Amino acid sequence: MDQMITWTPVGRVEDIPVQGARVVRTALGDLAVFRTVTDEIFALEDRCPHKGGPLSQGIVHGGRVTCPLHNWVIDLATGEAVAPDHGCAGHIPVRVRDGVVEIAFRHA
Amino acid sequence: MDTLTHPSPPVALSADGRERLVVVGNGMAALRTLEELFARAPGRHAVTVFGAEPRVNYNRIMLSPLLAGEKRFDDIVLNGHDWYDAHGVTLHAGDPVVAIDRAARVVVSRAGRRVPYDRLLLATGSDPVIIPVPGSALPGVVTFRDVDDVDRMLAAAASGGSAVVIGGGLLGLEAANGLMRQGMDVTVLHLMPTLMERQLDESAGHLLQAELERRGLTVITRADTAAILGSDRVEGVRLKDGREIPCSLVVMAVGIRPGTMLARDAGLTVERGVVVDDLMATSDPAIVAVGECVQHRNTCYGLVAPLWEMAKVAADRLAGRECAGYTGSVTATKLKVTGIDLYSAGDFAPAKDRQDIVFRDAARGVYKRLVLKDDRLIGAVLYGETGDGPWYFQLLKDGTDVSGLRDTLAFGQAYAAMAEGGAGANPRNAVASLSDEAEICGCNGVCKGTIVKAIGEKGLTSLEEVRTHTKASASCGSCTGLVEQLLKATLGDGYEAATAAKPICGCTHHTHDDVRRLIAAMGLKSIPAVLQALEWRTADGCHVCRPALNYYLLTAWPGEYVDDSRSRFVNERMHANIQKDGTYSVVPRMWGGLTSAKELRAIADVVDKFAIPTVKVTGGQRIDLLGVKKDDLPAVWADLNAAGMVSGHAYAKGLRTVKTCVGTEWCRFGTQDSTGLGVKLERMTWGSWTPHKVKLGVSGCPRNCAEATIKDLGVICVDSGYELHVGGNGGIKVRACDLLVKVATEGEVLEYTGAYMQLYREEARYLERTAPWLERVGLDHIKARLVDDPEGRKALNARFLFSQSFSQDDPWAARASGGVDRHEFAPLAEVG
Ligand code: SRM
Ligand SMILES: Cc1cc2nc3c(=O)[nH]c(=O)nc-3n(C[C@H](O)[C@H](O)[C@H](O)COP(=O)(O)OP(=O)(O)OC[C@H]3O[C@@H](n4cnc5c(N)ncnc54)[C@H](O)[C@@H]3O)c2cc1C
Ligand code: SF4
Ligand code: FES
Repeated sequence: MDQMITWTPVGRVEDIPVQGARVVRTALGDLAVFRTVTDEIFALEDRCPHKGGPLSQGIVHGGRVTCPLHNWVIDLATGEAVAPDHGCAGHIPVRVRDGVVEIAFRHA
Repeated sequence: MDTLTHPSPPVALSADGRERLVVVGNGMAALRTLEELFARAPGRHAVTVFGAEPRVNYNRIMLSPLLAGEKRFDDIVLNGHDWYDAHGVTLHAGDPVVAIDRAARVVVSRAGRRVPYDRLLLATGSDPVIIPVPGSALPGVVTFRDVDDVDRMLAAAASGGSAVVIGGGLLGLEAANGLMRQGMDVTVLHLMPTLMERQLDESAGHLLQAELERRGLTVITRADTAAILGSDRVEGVRLKDGREIPCSLVVMAVGIRPGTMLARDAGLTVERGVVVDDLMATSDPAIVAVGECVQHRNTCYGLVAPLWEMAKVAADRLAGRECAGYTGSVTATKLKVTGIDLYSAGDFAPAKDRQDIVFRDAARGVYKRLVLKDDRLIGAVLYGETGDGPWYFQLLKDGTDVSGLRDTLAFGQAYAAMAEGGAGANPRNAVASLSDEAEICGCNGVCKGTIVKAIGEKGLTSLEEVRTHTKASASCGSCTGLVEQLLKATLGDGYEAATAAKPICGCTHHTHDDVRRLIAAMGLKSIPAVLQALEWRTADGCHVCRPALNYYLLTAWPGEYVDDSRSRFVNERMHANIQKDGTYSVVPRMWGGLTSAKELRAIADVVDKFAIPTVKVTGGQRIDLLGVKKDDLPAVWADLNAAGMVSGHAYAKGLRTVKTCVGTEWCRFGTQDSTGLGVKLERMTWGSWTPHKVKLGVSGCPRNCAEATIKDLGVICVDSGYELHVGGNGGIKVRACDLLVKVATEGEVLEYTGAYMQLYREEARYLERTAPWLERVGLDHIKARLVDDPEGRKALNARFLFSQSFSQDDPWAARASGGVDRHEFAPLAEVG
């Protein structure tokens, strides 16, 4: 089956606090859109691979976020938990166009 | 090894049969020689020390951090009065020797003391050079050599204004940095085209100048001073090119000259310094000299490393031992300006027979230059990244053939070892591969062998113990990491880094205590400022250090520092407790455990309106609403606020609850109004941020129904007053309180509580509850600060109340109706 990707605008970069995150509600669950100290934007499913903690509520440092529930550290670029922990939070492609954050949605 | 023998002069013993040793100079070289001597021949000498300065021996190189406000005098003392007492040393401090009668073997002091000697140790250090321009004797012109100079500079800095430092060498730049830290506008005048030209090549000199200017220093190179201006005191400096710089303080830091006057007057052979042979003997065999005052093989030194070596030889000689003699030293320099990494060693003047390896990384501000001659390293200049300094220095001193390492030499030791066959990527192996003579601590001249031996022989297991026993890393602390690696390498898995000395996290080598001290001393007022000035290894810290820094800044600058919500754990940012399913719980404050029909009704209404699934009475005498959706939080709070309720801070590293019992109001055993007192305590302390959570309790009689003796502070009411108990908690490790004091009035309870809270806020490490804090610092310390020192207690309480004046705003109201952090509660978008 073919997949189609639509870039969907979700807001402006400055709507997301530096070293912070905002939630995007979708039919398939919440996404977390992060902004790092160097103004890079990343998006992950808002579910920690450990026990589902909301990553959008964690402390953002460098290119990582620390889950608020039990302190797993997740790499924003890949969604992978940083060793010694294992697991992956679904990683969502994201891009910025003229200050607008766009997220890639897959459709069947 | 060749050994030298000692032409021993005849000795006339003292009354108790011991040799009389008189020491002129109470400084670093003299005292190190005595320490070495006592280790070799304890009790052999009756020792008298004369010091021109009115104080014990301290670490002169730490005058720079003293001036910058990073250390206090007590921190830099090397030998306290107890040391002199323990070794039976008579100290005449503040009484310089004015003459040596060599024929009679007697020294004469300014106060008129005449003390006979069998052996004399001369260690008079050096004197700062004062350039003889007009005005150089005006009040307001100072040098930088001893504690009195620092006091003079601090006094000048206290009235603000501008300072001019003449001399852009090590001393001048450290003085300039210190004065700038003390709030002065500082201009450095330097005669040469680049700074520190004796230690740095041009490139590094320029990098340094740019960095200092970025920090606010004005640097004028090629500046030749013509005159110091002013009639009664300093008003400015005029350069030969006519420029005038107004200022109220001039620091002369243009160089030093060996202190030889006494020796010269006594007829000893003196050239630039007091001439000594390889056994540190002067032209009079009864007189030994060490330190900056000497000239050995035509060289005079101005750094401490050589004097550690001289001290050993002099001690051998005084103890009558054979030794190999002193053959001279190679020296390395490190600039002690916090946040600037600079290291230089050896010789780097350009010449035909030399080759340079230069490494630059402009983005990281790193510059390295290594100078080779005949495949040997003869000079090194490192800027921006100096961790490999000791390794290069060792290669240089050993004259190691580096032809095999050449390609990767600039990348440092870890890389070289890796290239050699694997071992080296691990820094433990790097330190393991250093030779026993490798110097670990430059400030105190401690080499690897000494540390390893002390660890083994004395059974040392922590950094603190190594500091106490060997002085390694006890001064500027830049070698802390190396010492820790040595502990690890020596003890293997037996070594657990002590919490005291452990860095906050992997982002830094600084400990909690250092960071807190430096925040205050360096006037750092934001997290980026701390990360920059204290050289964090990561761009913006991590979830461990950022909340700690946020807390330290908050306590250091009440009313000034703006809380950084991005550095707070989710609960403290949301002002609610996150639950395992991502919903939140809401706990309104119930002052002292009291509630009312109105409050209960409002709670019931909120539960219905927002369909809150669980309502529970907590272990802290209040009500918890569990399972509130994030988006509903502001509305829930608005309704609770409307009924007069505020946040209970059930989520905060701050005051949680004040648990009370009914007390005299109803209870047949009650001795005081425990409920009323609990309410007063909660009204005074709510909203405060503390290192960890704080819980208080007040029981109306010793039956103790409020469990006050397992609280961070608990009050037990008795007929005659109030017992204050401190340092307890339930929790993971139960600890019952210790009795602090008994007081008579509620007013005293409040004052003690405020003072205790503040002491805890100022001294405990982030995430350290009162119980472990108390066990670490000791109950006696807390008593000394709160009970024995009423003035200090009042001051602590006043600081607590001052900071409370900024923190008693209800965070719920700010968010429910004040619009604070609105973005936290609403999604960015809803799509799909
Ligand atoms: C709600 C409550 C349980 C209850 O239903 O009674 C509770 C709930 C939690 N406690 Fe507690 N503790 C509660 C009273 C206590 C008590 C009893 C007391 O205060 O008298 C203790 C032991 C007394 C003490 O602290 O000395 C207690 C010792 C702890 C500890 C262990 C602290 C320690 O020093 O070892 C933790 C863990 C921590 O703080 O790191 C903790 C942590 C927690 C956390 C915050 C766990 C967390 O990080 O999410 C729980 C939050 C639940 C929530 O969302 O509300 N809770 N907790 C109580 C709230 C009191 C209040 O009104 O604010
Ligand atoms: C601000 C500053 C920073 C420094 N930083 C560094 C550094 O980072 N690294 C480094 O290696 N070195 C540094 N040094 C140099 C280092 O401090 C000296 O090399 C060292 O102190 C020399 O030791 P000394 O015992 O020879 O002289 P001193 O420590 O000066 O001791 C001599 C003592 O003798 C006293 N005295 C003189 N004449 C008489 C007399 N007639 N009777 C009685 N007492 C007398 C003096 O008052 C003085 O107290 C620094 C020096 C200063 C001032
Ligand atoms: S005792 Fe454990 S499970 Fe119960 S509230 Fe406290 S932290 Fe949660
Ligand atoms: S759910 Fe994220 S660390 Fe446990």
